[in-house]
Amino acid sequence: MMGGPLEPLFDVEEMELSFGPQHPSTHGVLRVMLKLDGEKIMDAKPIIGYLHRGTEKLFETEPFPQCIPHTDRLDYVAAATNNQGFVVTMEKLLGITIPPRAAYIRMILAELGRISSHLVWLATHAIDLGAITPFFYNFREREEILDLFEAYCGARLTLNTMRVGGVPFELPDGWVDQCSDFIDRFPKHVDEYEQLLTGNRIWKRRTIGIGVISAEEAIEMGLTGPPLRGSGVKWDIRKVFPYDHYDEIDFEIPVGSNGDTYDRYLVRMQEMRQSARIIRQCLDRLPEGPVMAKVPKVLRSPEGMVYASVEGPKGELGYFIVATPKGTTPYRCHVRPPSFINLQALPEMVQGLLVADLVAVIGTLDIVLGEIDR
Amino acid sequence: MQAPLIQFIVIPIVKIVVILAVVLLVVAYLTFAERKILAYMQVRLGPNRVGPKGWLQPIADGLKLFAKEDLIPAKAEKAVFMLAPAMIMVPALLAFSVIPFAPATDLFGLLPKAMPPYVTDINIALLFVLGISSIGVFGIILGGWSSNNKFSMMGGLRSAAQMVSYEVPMGFAIIAVLLMARSLSLVKIVEAQQAAHLWFFIPGILALGIYFICGVAETNRNPFDLPEAESELVAGFHTEYSGMKFAFFFLAEYTNMLVVSSLATIMFFGGWLQPFPNVAWLSFLGVIPPVIWFAVKVACFIFVYMWFRGTFPRYRFDQLMQVGWKWLIPLSLANLVIVGVGVLLVKG
Amino acid sequence: MTDEKNTPKPEDQAAAPAQPEAKPPWLDKPVTPEHADAMDDPDVAALAAGVEGAVLSADAFAGELTITIDPAKLVDACRFLKKERGFKFLVDMTAVDWPEREEGRFDVIYWMHRFDDSRRIRLRIVAGEEQSVPTVTGVWKTSNWMEREVYDMFGIVFDGHPNLERILLWEGFNGHPLRKDFPVEGIDTGAAVQPDVYPEGGGPLTEEEGGA
Repeated sequence: MMGGPLEPLFDVEEMELSFGPQHPSTHGVLRVMLKLDGEKIMDAKPIIGYLHRGTEKLFETEPFPQCIPHTDRLDYVAAATNNQGFVVTMEKLLGITIPPRAAYIRMILAELGRISSHLVWLATHAIDLGAITPFFYNFREREEILDLFEAYCGARLTLNTMRVGGVPFELPDGWVDQCSDFIDRFPKHVDEYEQLLTGNRIWKRRTIGIGVISAEEAIEMGLTGPPLRGSGVKWDIRKVFPYDHYDEIDFEIPVGSNGDTYDRYLVRMQEMRQSARIIRQCLDRLPEGPVMAKVPKVLRSPEGMVYASVEGPKGELGYFIVATPKGTTPYRCHVRPPSFINLQALPEMVQGLLVADLVAVIGTLDIVLGEIDR
Repeated sequence: MQAPLIQFIVIPIVKIVVILAVVLLVVAYLTFAERKILAYMQVRLGPNRVGPKGWLQPIADGLKLFAKEDLIPAKAEKAVFMLAPAMIMVPALLAFSVIPFAPATDLFGLLPKAMPPYVTDINIALLFVLGISSIGVFGIILGGWSSNNKFSMMGGLRSAAQMVSYEVPMGFAIIAVLLMARSLSLVKIVEAQQAAHLWFFIPGILALGIYFICGVAETNRNPFDLPEAESELVAGFHTEYSGMKFAFFFLAEYTNMLVVSSLATIMFFGGWLQPFPNVAWLSFLGVIPPVIWFAVKVACFIFVYMWFRGTFPRYRFDQLMQVGWKWLIPLSLANLVIVGVGVLLVKG
Repeated sequence: MTDEKNTPKPEDQAAAPAQPEAKPPWLDKPVTPEHADAMDDPDVAALAAGVEGAVLSADAFAGELTITIDPAKLVDACRFLKKERGFKFLVDMTAVDWPEREEGRFDVIYWMHRFDDSRRIRLRIVAGEEQSVPTVTGVWKTSNWMEREVYDMFGIVFDGHPNLERILLWEGFNGHPLRKDFPVEGIDTGAAVQPDVYPEGGGPLTEEEGGA
């Protein structure tokens, strides 16, 4: 499909179509200016920035701990990994080692966040392609995850649940049982979703060979996360640069082979199962001990710049912090938003496809505009 | 003077009013049924606030749509914009004038002689239904075009292509039934099944499949709901419609579902006939009036419609065309030959 | 949760009496990372040898390598790193504003990844306020939007960029918000979002103005 003939067959006037920002399938306020020949996409130009809140500017004004709530609002469907990225970077800058129990709680929260993000992705992706039922199944399970978050930290979406040096709270009574009950059931629910979609002929026809991107091209375009793994590159920050205690956990990185929408779908389905596996191991091995390291009341940074990244549900989520000597706020904090960089590949992926494929490709890139626009 | 007046004016008008009222009520409750059935398929409850268990929901929806502001986009083609909803609703309802849902009856002796409850039985009824339902597509095209909205326009264009390509295999599937029934009259088709002691879905199983798939496509229902595809075209041809005009598009879709299901019942499942009339120990089924049998069979088809919606993703436009032209048309032609040879062999 | 036996603090129990200062690291003072010169790192040495005069200095901090290079040699250095040293993946790029600094106002920072041994390095160039920076879109396609973002936020012009437009803010926005002299509370930029479509003061167009 890619690289197909893009010259119009006849001498026709191309139609310009503004797809979004108020469109149900652009997952927020993305706008794509399309040039169409009939339904065929000759050119697509993403226009972003409708949700720009100047988060990076705000970071510069907040003391280090107060930056964490801002990170919640980046990828707001998986706030835990955003928090994790920031605190991991801060700990690298300050040289803090966190207690193992805190690391395990972080991993549990982050993986729950990853599952819930993938559930939202699957729900919206399926509904974009016309299958409405998975949406409700997915949100049923997501609800349980949000309940777990609520029981832990009181918030359901913007969690603000990690601190530089650990996590703010001990797990409440019964939380481990509740979580472990959910995690034991969860793979069966994934089977349920797969039953609806994986073998479905229409689903396959809508996704196989759509939005293909080769491994070389994916690396060239800077794709990370499932879009990169769908193309067959076995690369996951949790394995490559293990943070927290991911190096103690046994899990696999699912990869695809064709780099199309269907492979990315399969990769994410497998990732949900792997996340459940990670949580299972974390719950079984959850060490005892404090949940906060001994950190100064006021965090003062050494001079220097650090970059650390975590594997967010959308891809590599990195924070780059430039610190001044004895500074209490970041001098500059840059976020590497995976969705922003993944979205850049959209025009190449949809060229020559039909309008209906555009929603499939937007869905498969799994973008969150909060993170793109910042 | 007296007798013709009653026979040709009063009785038909009474029938039309009753049938129209019943059809509209059924259609309104179809929307309710769809919401409830989908809800139970999707682990939720569906509408349950208005009236006991939500049973007044369609009434409330109707009142709401009546009271809504009727918006006409500033740059719309106003006359066509107003005409389009009527052009889709009227043909859908017209089809019910020839659909025989029960045999002639004297209403348990209330009437002096047995009288058909349907409006009329014309000898080209099937052709009439096909023809009249084709007009509906103009409503969609014109509605999409006159809205002056690119998404609506694309919806209209998709619908035009879709309806044209699916009417062909549908016609061929119906011809297979005609070969077996040797009549275009819907009443005669049912009577032919009665006489043959065989409902046509057994010899015409392939025709039934093709007919129903085409029927789903003709009514723009999932998985062929491309003209309105919310996630691509933001409701397609009726994006710009509000209030009762929108309700007309909505109701027409359900009315068309009813028409397609009714025709499927009549052509393949013996219309109002009861199943197994010759099996002695099942003779108690004869107590149930024919109209109920008809309704039950139609309801089964309607349920399949909703089941589809709860299960399938949507086809892409070119795939839809592929299914129509590359699969259904050759299949329906082959089926025509098979049924033709079969009819020749059996009836000589 | 109160079971102290499983606490993974072996040194705590074994060595606690003898060495009271050997606390687990999370109870101890943070170990602040130190800067170190890294000119002898193999990648730095290769870059210095491969592109004459590119490397100005190299610094290791918190396990990360930052190479300061000559802006004029940026594209050559990037191409060298990509082709010869296997840094195929541009992770990200951004800029930092140092308004008071004499050698140049902006740091433009690139960091890249090598898949073979999972190594990351960071390039840093210093650019003056009026100085443009050569684009690296010819080396990594992905830098297209990143450079647009840096242009949008800092006003650094990238020479040879195929499509240098604002990306997060709208065309016509006056100012570059991540510069240190841009106030956090924002400024009245005086620019309407679409001045030719929507008149000053907002609201829908009247009939005379071209509305319906």
